[in-house]
Amino acid sequence: MNIPIYLDNNATTPMDPRVLEAMLPYFNEKFGNAASRNHAFGWVAEEGVDYAREQVAKLIGASDKEIIFTSGATESDNLAIKGVFEMYKDKGNHIITTVTEHKAVLDACKHVEKLGGKVTYLPVKEDGLIDLAELESHMTPETILVSIMYGNNEIGVIQPVKEIAAIAHKHGALFMTDATQAVGKIPVDVNADGIDLLALSAHKIYGPKGVGALYVRRKGPRVKVTAQMDGGGHERGMRSGTLNVPGIVGLGKACELCGLEMESEAKRLSALRDKLQKELTVLEESYVNGNEEHRLPHVANISFKYVEGEGLMMAMKDLAVSSGSACTSASLEPSYVLKSLGLSDDLAHSSIRFGLGRFTTEEEVDYAIEVTKKAVTHLRELSPLWEMFKEGIDLNSIEWAEH
Amino acid sequence: MAYSDKVIDHYTNPRNVGTLDKSSHKVGTGLVGAPECGDVMRLQIQVDDNNVITDAKFKTFGCGSAIASSSLATEWLKGKSIDDAMKIDNMDIVEELALPPVKIHCSVLAEDAIKAAINDFRVKNGLAPIESEKVHH
Repeated sequence: MNIPIYLDNNATTPMDPRVLEAMLPYFNEKFGNAASRNHAFGWVAEEGVDYAREQVAKLIGASDKEIIFTSGATESDNLAIKGVFEMYKDKGNHIITTVTEHKAVLDACKHVEKLGGKVTYLPVKEDGLIDLAELESHMTPETILVSIMYGNNEIGVIQPVKEIAAIAHKHGALFMTDATQAVGKIPVDVNADGIDLLALSAHKIYGPKGVGALYVRRKGPRVKVTAQMDGGGHERGMRSGTLNVPGIVGLGKACELCGLEMESEAKRLSALRDKLQKELTVLEESYVNGNEEHRLPHVANISFKYVEGEGLMMAMKDLAVSSGSACTSASLEPSYVLKSLGLSDDLAHSSIRFGLGRFTTEEEVDYAIEVTKKAVTHLRELSPLWEMFKEGIDLNSIEWAEH
Repeated sequence: MAYSDKVIDHYTNPRNVGTLDKSSHKVGTGLVGAPECGDVMRLQIQVDDNNVITDAKFKTFGCGSAIASSSLATEWLKGKSIDDAMKIDNMDIVEELALPPVKIHCSVLAEDAIKAAINDFRVKNGLAPIESEKVHH
């Protein structure tokens, strides 16, 4: 077992050696520009890209012609939201999204607002899921796009995508989903789910950083987005720029491996995750954040009340995890995702996200349980809030000097 | 963010963790910060008849820098008169622990806790609290 142990697989994943192997020839011997149509170097690169396009399409039940390669999910989100707004603004100017989206979606929506668009940011329920009736109540004839993430990056909850798509379509809007955390982890099928646009990224699925894709539906309906990058008209004119051939080949291979191994991996990881969660919630005053039933198999977000997340992570320095707390003078604000579940600030500050992955072993999970328990106990011994809680003092009865 | 060796040392082996009897008139207690801001410090001093601090204890809810700042503060307080303790400046803590700019507020909180503890002691013993006019760095 190597220390530190990596349990932050929602942030990024290590590249699978099989992906690296597939990519290597495309850095040197197969270095051609996939857009070079008149010599063998170009054809070989194009073959690699075409094959990858099929691999990506297959994982999400799409056709290869519907895959647009990008630099990652942030670009895909931007292209989808800004691109749909520009393309369809004569039809309407309203977009619906949720408050728990990734910043790439939220900030792209803010941008659209500056261009005259109207955006509804749906709240979520305590378990992190949206209320379908509330979504429907906000649909208007002006609504052109509903953009709601598939699986959440911080708490792992899986939105009822199929039902959301049905509501969007019933009211004549397109449905886009940021599926960065879900693709490759759970079955995602653009046709069964009714998805019109979908963003995904390679580095969350054991592929390389700097490459991703946007799925854009071609049939029923044929969806178009206005390019956000002008140039040589690559990717059916939707995303100019010389293709990142090694990256794309890596993304393709990563998708293929996920397709083959996802089912058994999901079982293995959810068993490990459940063990971790069960052991850690034995600790007094610890709470799981987000819906536990509709949740990605590898994620557990747990709040340990009366200890602060960043301080806690320091005591868990042998574990690479992530905290919902940001204790810097620039931002004392804890995670907006956790706050939108209705968590009080102190509970949000006390949260740790565990993200298991393909290379996580049971031995590592056992070690993580031990380290975390020890750290929480240590920090509670240091915590005045824990002492007050133990003495039965209501913390809300104290007049805190906010700073 | 990388922590300095001194922060790690205080965090790993915090000095003077604990609780003094806050009802004693020889004990001053300062409780500063707020749970929703992610840091709360409680600093306590035991003062003798010559107004010298003989013991200091802390408990802190917060990040590593906040814990280290309050641990360091208790070390510095012991043996100081309450007047000298009042002169401890947050920038001394910043310097000693090599805190980065984003963690300066942790030292400010420690200074506030010291002053609050001393003033609590002063009020308990019929002395006027000292208003700090200092503008924090």
